[in-house]
This record gives sequence, structure tokens and C-alpha cells, in this order.
Amino acid sequence: MRLLLLVLLSFATAFAQNKATGNVENGKKLFTHNGCFQCHGTQGQGGAAGARLNGTKLTLPVFTAILRNPPPSNMPPYRAKIMSDQEVADVYAYIQTFPPPPPLASVPLLKE
Amino acid sequence: MSKKSPVNRRGFLTGAAAAAGASLAIRPPVAMGQQVALKPESSGSNIEVTSNQRPGADFMTDVIKSLGIEYCAANPGSSFRGLQESLITYGKNSNPEWLTCCHEESSAAMAHGYAKIEGKPMMIMAHGTVGLQHASMAIYNAYCDRVPIFIVAGNILDVNYRRGNAEWVHSVQDAAAMVRDYTKWDDNPVTLNHFAESAVRAYKIAMTPPYEPVVIVADGALQEEPIAEKNLRIPKLAMSAPPQGETAAIKEAARLLIAAENPIIVAGRVARTPKGVELLIELAETLQARVVDQRLRMNFPTRHPLATRGSLNAADVILSLETQDLWSSLFTQTGLNKFGMESHPSTKAGMKLINISAVELSHKSNYQDFGRYLEADLSITGDPEATLPELIEEVKRALTADRKRALEQRGTQIAEANKKARDRDRELALVAWDASPISTARMAAELWGQIKNEDWSLVSTDNFQSAWPGRLWDFTKHYQYIGGQGGAGIGYGAPAAVGAALANKKHGRLTVNIQCDGDLNYAPAVLWTAAHHRIPYLTLMHNNRAYHQERMYLQMMGNKFDRLPDSNVGTALVDPNIDYASIAKGYGMHAEGPVSDPKELGPAIQRGIERVKAGEPAFIDVVTQPR
Repeated sequence: MRLLLLVLLSFATAFAQNKATGNVENGKKLFTHNGCFQCHGTQGQGGAAGARLNGTKLTLPVFTAILRNPPPSNMPPYRAKIMSDQEVADVYAYIQTFPPPPPLASVPLLKE
Repeated sequence: MSKKSPVNRRGFLTGAAAAAGASLAIRPPVAMGQQVALKPESSGSNIEVTSNQRPGADFMTDVIKSLGIEYCAANPGSSFRGLQESLITYGKNSNPEWLTCCHEESSAAMAHGYAKIEGKPMMIMAHGTVGLQHASMAIYNAYCDRVPIFIVAGNILDVNYRRGNAEWVHSVQDAAAMVRDYTKWDDNPVTLNHFAESAVRAYKIAMTPPYEPVVIVADGALQEEPIAEKNLRIPKLAMSAPPQGETAAIKEAARLLIAAENPIIVAGRVARTPKGVELLIELAETLQARVVDQRLRMNFPTRHPLATRGSLNAADVILSLETQDLWSSLFTQTGLNKFGMESHPSTKAGMKLINISAVELSHKSNYQDFGRYLEADLSITGDPEATLPELIEEVKRALTADRKRALEQRGTQIAEANKKARDRDRELALVAWDASPISTARMAAELWGQIKNEDWSLVSTDNFQSAWPGRLWDFTKHYQYIGGQGGAGIGYGAPAAVGAALANKKHGRLTVNIQCDGDLNYAPAVLWTAAHHRIPYLTLMHNNRAYHQERMYLQMMGNKFDRLPDSNVGTALVDPNIDYASIAKGYGMHAEGPVSDPKELGPAIQRGIERVKAGEPAFIDVVTQPR
């Protein structure tokens, strides 16, 4: 339910807040140093341990809300004491720089 | 009777040691041994001559051969030297063939992997003390994974037969006690006939579902002394039919499953044999029910239209077939709080749970592998594979034509949803496709591209690679996947892969192993065992340079209290980076790497497979993303 509310919130704020205003370089440093890559992968590909962040549709406020108070999962909380709003914005900005995946048709190995 | 010098056994040992010391300067040990055997009387030492007789270990060898055991994996040890010599000389080192291991944990885990492919136990030998201590984690893994291992522990029970300090510290009053909590049965035979009866009994117990390891203690004196017993005989091995569910309960299960709108079959350790896969397909197709495979064995084809991953929340009937920790899929737990963890059902109200399992027949108290108590609505004690034929028959008998039509419609919907999920997986695999370190999806796809037209077998768990092989590959055959450790004991992967590859060898299958770096570092010398015994298989290192699970735990522990830990401390395997290719080369294996560029991976795999097809092991170190 909490996740659903967060998603609804994301629609409400999508247009106003969808632009990253953080520092990409600092975000890159934090993404590694604060452990994000451990579950989400170095390009935000996600996997069994963490959600995909590459190409995320989450707005910064929703992203921040989830980071501060994750839904029941293995996601550790990153509250303001250990990651300021600006630092979260920096990480969010860095995530926007992840390269998009190539088209499926261009990768013969993934043809069934 | 043999000719004997007038000395006791302790004298023999002292004399042998003296002769050995005297010979060392001029002869290699093999020649020394021959000298003792051929010219005992001329040596003038107190040597017991028993050349006209056979040692007890020869009879033990006969017993072991009667069980059809193909291999004996062991690190050599004095407490079973008699049996080792008999297996090699009298037994001609064949059925069982000796596999030289550098660690008892490797011996046990090799047997673990072998049994999951071959469907029967390998024998291992170890000292009753330090050997079993080394082997114990791997034995525990096999126990939790319901896998048979035939363990022979050497021990010298009679103090009069112990030679110096090493044999005192290697001796124990009750050798099997240390592993009794996680083995199914053990015995400490005091005569050869007793050994025969207990060995046959142990094999039968190990191979009656639920399969588990067993221990027979081989007394040192019994092995080494000449056979004095009369009327030695080996009892007939009469295998038990596996326990099967009760008929009335099976009928009730069939009724519930047919009436269900959204039944889900959860498969844990169902398929003990290839037949188990066929039976599960037949049941699922008859019911047109989703199957969630916990991937503890190859239970169900990954691309079958009814194969499903994910939540059980929408099920109105769940059929649990020897599952592991199903409770965690039925309940949601909060984080830790002062009351522990609170739990809430995550399934639909009124959901009916049917549980079929034989594991409760061998529950023990101390180790908690039985997991949380399942509040089943219908609990059937029986081996799933043995129970499925009657359940299928009952479902078919009770299924009306109308109901069958409705089920077919459900099956079509499930198949469409599954096709979408598979397509979604392929889309997800593209993310970080060109990343370095190499993504686990890319590694799985590159490997699949090279093996999909072969008769292949993946002998490692895919849990640590976000299950990409299971999501991308077309698993159809029983031997194509064997699950994981069982007891979550790390150090299983490398040796289990060698044992499984050995079992695959005679069938001509192409064995592949995705090897976690943390796991290999426990006992890497098993690579030498593979090279020495010419066991062909390809290893791809999943070298993510850390104990990543624990790294994430550290992060969680710190963040929970608003402090940011340095999660590299104690978890990262860097500075220096470990050169796994050099390690593998050092153990005599073809090896390449580290490979960090995804474009170089495919050709490296191709070269590795060429070596494997030539009959040798090959190894590629792949620097990978964490998961």
C-alpha cells in the first residue's frame, strides 16, 4: 500500500520535479561509496538483490522518499543523517546518466 | 595361518618405522615398501608377516564393491591406510576409483555434486577426527540438500593399536558423534561381518528418500589385521521402495486442486530422477496450473508455458512439493523490532495449503534446517516423486470434461503471461549489456550462446547471478541443473562442480560451472583434483571481488542506525586483486583472464569449450558486476 501511495505521489509531482539538479560527479562517488552499486549494479541494471534504476521513471521526491523509508525489502534506509537531500539529488542526477540498453533486435544472443 | 614373527602389533609398527628410517637415505618410499613386503625375515626387525593371508580391508573392499560405488574421494590418512591400500591393490582401483583430494571438505562436496547428477552416493574417506572436522560443513550441506554420501571414517578404537601421538590425537571414542546431528545413520562395526551388514544397511538408508549422508567407521585394526573371522558374507542389498503418500489423502489433494481457480505448484526437491521432471510436467499440464520451481533441483522446464516466477499471493490452493522455507513465501515479515519480526500472511484469505514431503521422516532436533512450521490444510508424508503418479491418476480420474475445458482456458492465459515475463527478462538483460565489469546477464547470455546446441549441464547454482541462467536458458533435462549448497555453506560450489562434472563425463555431457570467487577461495586445490583426474568441465569465474551478500548486510546494519559503514571492510576481495587464472594454471588447468571487456568473453568461452571437448578442464576468470 505504501508503495502504491508513493507511485501515486510520483504522478502528482512528475511534471514539476522530474529534472535532476544534482552534481553528477558527486553522485557517481556516492553511488559507489554509499553502497548503491552493490545491489543495483554499476549501471543501475538491478537484479535479484535490487531494483532496476537505469531508466527509472521515479521522480526525485519519490526516489528520495523510497530511499529514506524503503518498503519491506532488503533495501537499507538512507535517512538524512547519512545522506543529505542534496546528496540524494546528486545520486539521482548520476542515475540519469546511465547508458540506455541497446535495442533487443541488435543483440543476437538474446534471440529465443 | 600366516607365518608370524613372535611380536605384537606395536612391535611391528616400531620395526616398520625403523626400517623406513634406515631406508630413506638410499631408496624412494615405494622401493622401501617393497623391501618390507618381500624380505621381512632378512631385515631382522620385528615385522609381522602376513603374506599368505588377506587383510580385513580386502573384505571391506568386497563389501564396498558390492554396493556399486564408482568413486572414493579422499585425502589420504593413516587411520584408513589399510582400506586405501586394499581399494587400490586388491580392488584394482576400480569401482571405486580413488580420487585424490587435497581437503576433506572437497571430498564431501565432490560427492554431493556427483550424487545429484548420478543419483547415487560416492564414497568418501576421512580420519574420524580431523578429517571429519574438515568435511563437516560439506556433510551438513549435503544433509540439508537431501543428498546421499557414503562416508567411511577411519579410527583406531583399541588403545593397543595406536602408534604414537598422531594416532592418539586422531582417535576418538565415538567418531560419528561429531556429524551425527546431520547424518541419517552411522555405525561403528567391531567385526568384519558387522562391517558388511552395517555398510549394506547404511547404503540402503542413505538411498531411501529423503536421501541423506551416512557414516560407517572403519576400525584401523579391523582393516589391517589378517582376516580371522569365519563365514564372512555380504548381505543382499534390498532397496526400499520410496515412501508414498496415503491414498485417501491423495484423493483429497486431487479434489482441492481440481476445484481451485488459481492453484500453484511449488516445487522444491521433487525430481530425484529424470522421471520426476516428466511427472511434474504431467501434473501441471493436467491441471493447467502454474509451477513455481524453487530451483533446488531441475524440477520443471524453465521455458514451459506453465513455469512461473514470483508471488504466491493470488493462489487459492498451493501444492508444496518438498519445498524449502515455503513459509517465507506465505508471510511478510517486518524489519526487526523489539518483538523480533512481526509476520503477516501474504496469501489470499482461505488459501488451502497441501504439503507433500518425506523430509519429516528424518527430522532431527539440533540443527534447524526444517524451517518454520507449515500450517498445512492437508499434510501428506511421502516422497513427492513417488507420490505424483497416484496424484496424477486421481486428478485425471476426477476431472470432468467441463472442468477440463475451463482449465485449458486458464492454461492459455498463464502461457501468455509467461511469454511476456520471458520477453521482459530479455529486455532487462540488455541493461548494462556493454558494462565493465561484465553484467551477470551478459555472462549468462554469452555462455548460453556457446552451449545451447550441446548436451550441456550447469552444475552451479544461479542464485548469485540474479538467476540469469534460469531466466535466459532453456532448461529441460534433469541433469541440466542441480541446485545449490543446501545448507548455505560456502565452499560447496567448486568441489561440487568437479563431482558433478565427473558424473557427467561418462555420459559425454558438456559441463559448465559459474564459480563464485568467495566460494573458490575456501579450498581451491580441488582444481588440481579436476586436472589430475582429467575431469572435463568449463568454469567461468563470477569474480565480483567481494562477499557481496555480506557487504549488503553490513550496509543494512549501519544504515538502520543512521551510520554509514565502510562495507568494504571484511568483505571486499581486492588490494591485491586475486589472479584466479594464475591459480588455475598453477593447478594444471587451461586458464584465461581476467576478462573485463564483454566483447572478449565469447571468444574466451569458445576457446575454453574446445579444451573441455578435448577432455580437460578449462577456466576463465570473468570480472563481473556484483549480482
